[in-house]
Amino acid sequence: MELVLTKHFGNEKYRRLDTYEELGGYEALRKAFSMPKEQIIEEVKKANLRGRGGAGFPAGVKWGFLPKDLSRPRILVINADEGEPGTFKDRLIMTKGPHLLLEGIVITSFALSIHSAYIYIRGEFVREAGILQEAIDEAYAKGYLGKNIQGTGFDLDVTVHRGAGAYICGEETSLINSLEGKRGWPRLKPPFPAAIGAFGLPTIVNNVETIADVPWIITNGGEKFASLGMGKDGGNRLVCVSGPVNRPGVFELPVGVTLREIIEVHAGGMRDGKALKAVIPGGSSTPVLRPDEIDVPYEIESMQKIGTMVGSGAIIVIPEGTCMVRALSVLMNFYAHESCGQCTPCREGTGWLAKLLRRIENGEGREGDLELILNVCDNMLGRTICPLADAAAMPAQSFLWKFREEFDRHLLDKKCPFGNRF
Amino acid sequence: MPNFTINGITLDVPGGTTILQAAEAAGIEIPHYCYHPNLSIAGNCRMCLVEVEKFPKLQIACNTVVTEGMVVKTDSEKVRQAVTGVLELMLLHHPIDCPICDQAGECGLQIYYMKYGLHKSRHALEDKVHKRKVQDIGGQIVLDAERCILCSRCVRFLDEVTGTGELAFFQRGDHSEISIFPGKPLDNDYTGNLADICPVGALTSKDFRFRCRVWLLRGTRSICPGCANGCNVEAHFKEEILYRLKPRRNDEVNQMWMCDPGRLEYKKANEARLLTPILRENGTPKAVPWEAVLSSVAFRLWETVEKHGPESVAVLASPQFSNEELYLARKLAAEVLRTPHLGFSPRTPGDGFSDDFLIKADKNPNTRGAKLLGISEEKFLDIVQRAAGGKLSALLVFGNGIADLSDEETETLLSNVPYVVQIGTNEGGVSRVAHAVLPSASFAERGGTFTNHAGRVQRFWMGFPPRGKARSGLEIITALANRLGGGWKYAGEASVFREIAQSEASFAGMSYESIGGSGQVAGGKG
Repeated sequence: MELVLTKHFGNEKYRRLDTYEELGGYEALRKAFSMPKEQIIEEVKKANLRGRGGAGFPAGVKWGFLPKDLSRPRILVINADEGEPGTFKDRLIMTKGPHLLLEGIVITSFALSIHSAYIYIRGEFVREAGILQEAIDEAYAKGYLGKNIQGTGFDLDVTVHRGAGAYICGEETSLINSLEGKRGWPRLKPPFPAAIGAFGLPTIVNNVETIADVPWIITNGGEKFASLGMGKDGGNRLVCVSGPVNRPGVFELPVGVTLREIIEVHAGGMRDGKALKAVIPGGSSTPVLRPDEIDVPYEIESMQKIGTMVGSGAIIVIPEGTCMVRALSVLMNFYAHESCGQCTPCREGTGWLAKLLRRIENGEGREGDLELILNVCDNMLGRTICPLADAAAMPAQSFLWKFREEFDRHLLDKKCPFGNRF
Repeated sequence: MPNFTINGITLDVPGGTTILQAAEAAGIEIPHYCYHPNLSIAGNCRMCLVEVEKFPKLQIACNTVVTEGMVVKTDSEKVRQAVTGVLELMLLHHPIDCPICDQAGECGLQIYYMKYGLHKSRHALEDKVHKRKVQDIGGQIVLDAERCILCSRCVRFLDEVTGTGELAFFQRGDHSEISIFPGKPLDNDYTGNLADICPVGALTSKDFRFRCRVWLLRGTRSICPGCANGCNVEAHFKEEILYRLKPRRNDEVNQMWMCDPGRLEYKKANEARLLTPILRENGTPKAVPWEAVLSSVAFRLWETVEKHGPESVAVLASPQFSNEELYLARKLAAEVLRTPHLGFSPRTPGDGFSDDFLIKADKNPNTRGAKLLGISEEKFLDIVQRAAGGKLSALLVFGNGIADLSDEETETLLSNVPYVVQIGTNEGGVSRVAHAVLPSASFAERGGTFTNHAGRVQRFWMGFPPRGKARSGLEIITALANRLGGGWKYAGEASVFREIAQSEASFAGMSYESIGGSGQVAGGKG
């Protein structure tokens, strides 16, 4: 199997520039410098590279939204906030292969005529930010960043900006606000960041993994990348598996491997002979699946067809014996805590859901609470500036739809059948 | 000019119009809280959701620009459910303390609840999030965070209009609240507007708190008399007491705002008013009927002119008075008393403070009007010198003070004039010494026009008849003139303005109709 990103991640020295170069690093950049800019963009389009942050938007198409006119400087922002619960793949790239990301940034910036790039990194990633900064310093020292990169006349500055710990700042427009020093509130669209983004300038925001894929695409061609994947979702994907499996971790797998194969083969199956109860397939915001639903290719459209999402590639495995009410309650507490408070449905809805679930889990649920939860979800879905309300309502709906009997049991018995209480 | 359809009505609207604006133009109300025409679009209250054909999700009307052929529905069941749902969420933690809330009666939550909600609460009482109530955040404002729906209008006002940015959002999720930064209260001259733009009872006016239920108030269109800017206001009163001034939209003058000092101008119409005619005999003031005071003043003025000639009489007009009153004052001086000594008192106490927004240094509402009517500011000094030098036998003073003199200075100056007549609204330096006091109506008790600093002639309307025994300036001047053989026949301020429009070049061709509710710029230079 051809590895796009993690081939050398076992090599501790891969994060150093000299080792990275010895193993073929920055060759893609040299090739890119010899290509017309439009051709670089064309290769990325052909690669069917879909955004790896969660929404899965085609990267090449996103780049095409930049205004044609070059009179205003443009900005590239790398979203390294990696806040979606269950996700820990960008962290791997930044610690094991930071130059992959940097090379991708230089190529992308060159193609899009960008001279300022920011890496907005999750505040908790203190060590990761340090490693990244070391790599950036090396790249500056060796002329891969800064003025007149590799004698081509192309200039690019890369700045690491550390977040302050809000989940919402992973949403691209709040991220931009936060980067500008403002409260991390999502912005109303339109205007979209490609027109008016960071510091009022046209801005492209891409996920770490998305940009780290770019050098391979330039070296091997877009079609090759597309052929690794499936349908309109090209390449390999970093998949994060957490929960009681034998081998939890990050796996680089071709898009289209089934969810069952990921869990049973790559992650080594369930630990201690536990039975599988449920799978949250793409980060905590994605609708949950039952064990009989996991024979599905882990690919954007296939997952959409069964009503869920690949999201950020974070698979959370839930074993038998877990109380689904408690699990959902924990999730809802997270969203209630992280809702930025801007839009009414999300601000009030997330808190309400959290309280209702806590009540049910504690055996204090009331008749009609489940209908109420579903109705509150209806009043949140699609009603807000950013997708945080959806991110809370979608799992809530799916938990209720798919594990209804467990919720009913809590209401009937007036206690948690698993003996839990907050 | 995109052509679009809303609830089956097809309209042409200018390019760039949003659905909300277009609906307003078509007379269709789309509920909203965060949208305000003079502030940026926030799009966060989510009340203005509408159905737009070809869009899978409901769209917010405030930020969706109308495009050619767009079909919008605001009255579908889907929209109604969405709006009701948002409203329920909005009210989740609301304390429902309407009985003690000043906003009651003009509250966006009450209005929309009656229209779209009418639901029973599905939220447990003990689950309500409590926030800080009754916070004095400075300026004219008290903040109750529990009543706040976090629409962000106040934050945007302070960021975009005053540029002072005192309020911000703190905390997250359903614990979000607006607040000032610790130790940094509101610090600008426009804080009163926050109570106006707050759609709920979160920001209320310290001045108005607990003073009157709003449904007991009546209002009249008026002009703030506090300075030369002439901000358009609504004067709210109960019986013959004014309770508050609220800005009235006029994008040419004050948009939707007014300043804090202006907002308190109404108090002058309530306090220390001259409410009965007074004659001062041997130094003792005595309340008398109008007939007595008018006859007495007319006689004394006639006698003075007869004995000492018209040169011995002077008229000190005031830019606190309306164009109509100033016109008649001029006519009284020129045609009845035949004195050349007519001027106006150019300044008032508090003069000088100004900013680059609404507050003008000139604290008179009608200086420009006085000038356009040919009343001389330069003659003021001459009249004062004549008074101080004992050269005047009689002085007719309009207003409550003389320029920016203190009450004591005014008294000293006027003590040099043997006979002083006042036409004014309030007690002050002039009323202390005037031999005759003719009490006149406040700005809310009569109609007329003021001409603001930019030459815009603006109408103000009578809210209620003059308090006590006060009379409008027009009536007083006319009565005096007719007792001196003027033979004037005016039927109210409109008839005076018609004459002004005919005889004064600056006002040529104008009428109350053409001035309307938002004013008209006078021709000529003032």
